Amino acid sequence: MQLEGQIRIPSGCAIAAVISKEGKKMSGKSIVDSMVPMHERSNGLGGGFAGYGIYPEYKDFYAFHFFFNNKIVQKECEQYLKESYEIVKAQPIPVRKIPAIVDEPIIYRYFLAPLRSAVADAQLDEREFVARTVMHINIHIKGAYVVSSGKNMGVFKAVGFPEDVGKFYRLDEYEGYSWTAHGRYPTNTPGWWGGAHPFALLDYTIVHNGEISSYDANRRFIEMYGYKCTLQTDTEVITYIADYLLRKQGLTLDELASVIAAPFWSTIAKKSPEEKQKLTYLRTVYSGLLVTGPFSIVLGFDGGLMALNDRLKLRSMVVAEKDDKVYIASEEAAIRVMAPNVEDVYAPEGGEPVIVKVQESKY
Amino acid sequence: MIIDATQYNNEDLNDKIRNCDCEIRIDNCLGQRFIGAGLTSKSITVNGTPGNALGAYLNGAQIVVNGNAQDAVGDTMNEGNIFIHGNTGDAAGYAMRGGKIYVKGNAGYRAGIHMKAYKQKLPVMIIGGRCGSFLGEYLAGGIIIVLGMNKDGKRIVGNFPCTGMHGGKVFLRTDDDTIDFPSQVNVHTADSEEIKEIAPYVEEFCKVFGKDSKEVLGGHFAVVTPNSANPYKQMYVEN
Repeated sequence: MQLEGQIRIPSGCAIAAVISKEGKKMSGKSIVDSMVPMHERSNGLGGGFAGYGIYPEYKDFYAFHFFFNNKIVQKECEQYLKESYEIVKAQPIPVRKIPAIVDEPIIYRYFLAPLRSAVADAQLDEREFVARTVMHINIHIKGAYVVSSGKNMGVFKAVGFPEDVGKFYRLDEYEGYSWTAHGRYPTNTPGWWGGAHPFALLDYTIVHNGEISSYDANRRFIEMYGYKCTLQTDTEVITYIADYLLRKQGLTLDELASVIAAPFWSTIAKKSPEEKQKLTYLRTVYSGLLVTGPFSIVLGFDGGLMALNDRLKLRSMVVAEKDDKVYIASEEAAIRVMAPNVEDVYAPEGGEPVIVKVQESKY
Repeated sequence: MIIDATQYNNEDLNDKIRNCDCEIRIDNCLGQRFIGAGLTSKSITVNGTPGNALGAYLNGAQIVVNGNAQDAVGDTMNEGNIFIHGNTGDAAGYAMRGGKIYVKGNAGYRAGIHMKAYKQKLPVMIIGGRCGSFLGEYLAGGIIIVLGMNKDGKRIVGNFPCTGMHGGKVFLRTDDDTIDFPSQVNVHTADSEEIKEIAPYVEEFCKVFGKDSKEVLGGHFAVVTPNSANPYKQMYVEN
């Protein structure tokens, strides 16, 4: 496999998402179908999906999805996990063999319960403990990649077109209250299984259409706080920024949006004194986390999602609502696959977050 | 000819359109791109949601959309009409140099970016509702008219309108004097000559979309034109 620096793919991407505000379960079929009219936005070098609410029977355990290059590294990784986790269940993720998806790694999932003694010994809260496990594996166990690590959710990704990736992972057999999707057209970095979207840490997932000009500035900032970018592509860093600002710094989703898609100083100057102070604070303290360059992203998390465009809106993204559902996609056509008769399709402004949460206790 | 788009991808749909010397109606359109690209003399009605780059390089054909259009409608078009009974996405009329794009509803970001005019070529874009940010960015020629008839209470135009504008005219039907224009453009109230200049287009727009042209033209129009005294002198370096 050729990695970053050894290959350059000249160049787009497609994203889509659906969520039920009432927590009603939907099969993965319609999100997979929504990617079909956006086929041209991808080039077959990556596709992926995140589903939330898909493991109700194991909802109290961290669901780790893994790619392993071989069985030796899988054994090594299991050995490492057993030091501090109880493996409640381990199984290959069921796939459907289709000609469009080839050369798959070993794809496995583990439902894990951190050992209390290990967590106490590390003097960390449980989620931080789990996040560090993910980082450790991705950095130190060569050939093992944690694809997702949240509770009652999972990421399914591969090299291929998204509609084929959906078939491969049998997503029609899963039911979730929220789904996000991505079709990849890698612009600078190689198309490989780990580099497909969504990128995930704990329950946070990111799908992204665009290219981050500030990647290295963002990476240098975030790597000071225990994260390590190992997956050979820019989007990974947004996932860690979201985890850092939301979980560690305790920012709200709106504040997260004001950091990564901070308004221009000239726009801030026109705000009310109170807002001006807040936006100035966020831009100043987290200046290294301003994400520049074109992007439209959907951040998935436990019980909700957030869609956001870069402040110049250099990528398209539209939103529509019908009944209990909210739909988001790069193109209106994708929304109309999921909901043909939706009425008001609108485009949020650049930097204006669209935040959707499932009603409390409904997920 | 009536084409049910359900079974066709971009290429097959556009082949069918190209190979038919007749009036075309496309039903159930869902995201197929490049519809009518480069066509000179056909009439196409699209029912549904056409994909990106609808009527790109259009060279005289007529396109009517019953629905919303996506991004980059009329990219670099040279001649012809695109009438949209709905909204349009980002970068409508990107670098168009002739013909007309009329949108009943709203337009996204960067409507009319880098439109240009040459000799008898004068592109015209009319947006019935409102526009996103960067309206008429780098405008070099032609006419953009925004009528502000949206009912969502939002401003007629987003941030940074007419940034980099160095030719052409932008008409905004509003009396909102708080819109921030760059210092390289001038803004004045349209006089009767200027209203006369846009009247034929606005009347045609009203006829197509069933609006009262007297009422529309009776509104207050602000006109944006470039400040002609080498406005970009020393923007980056002395030139």
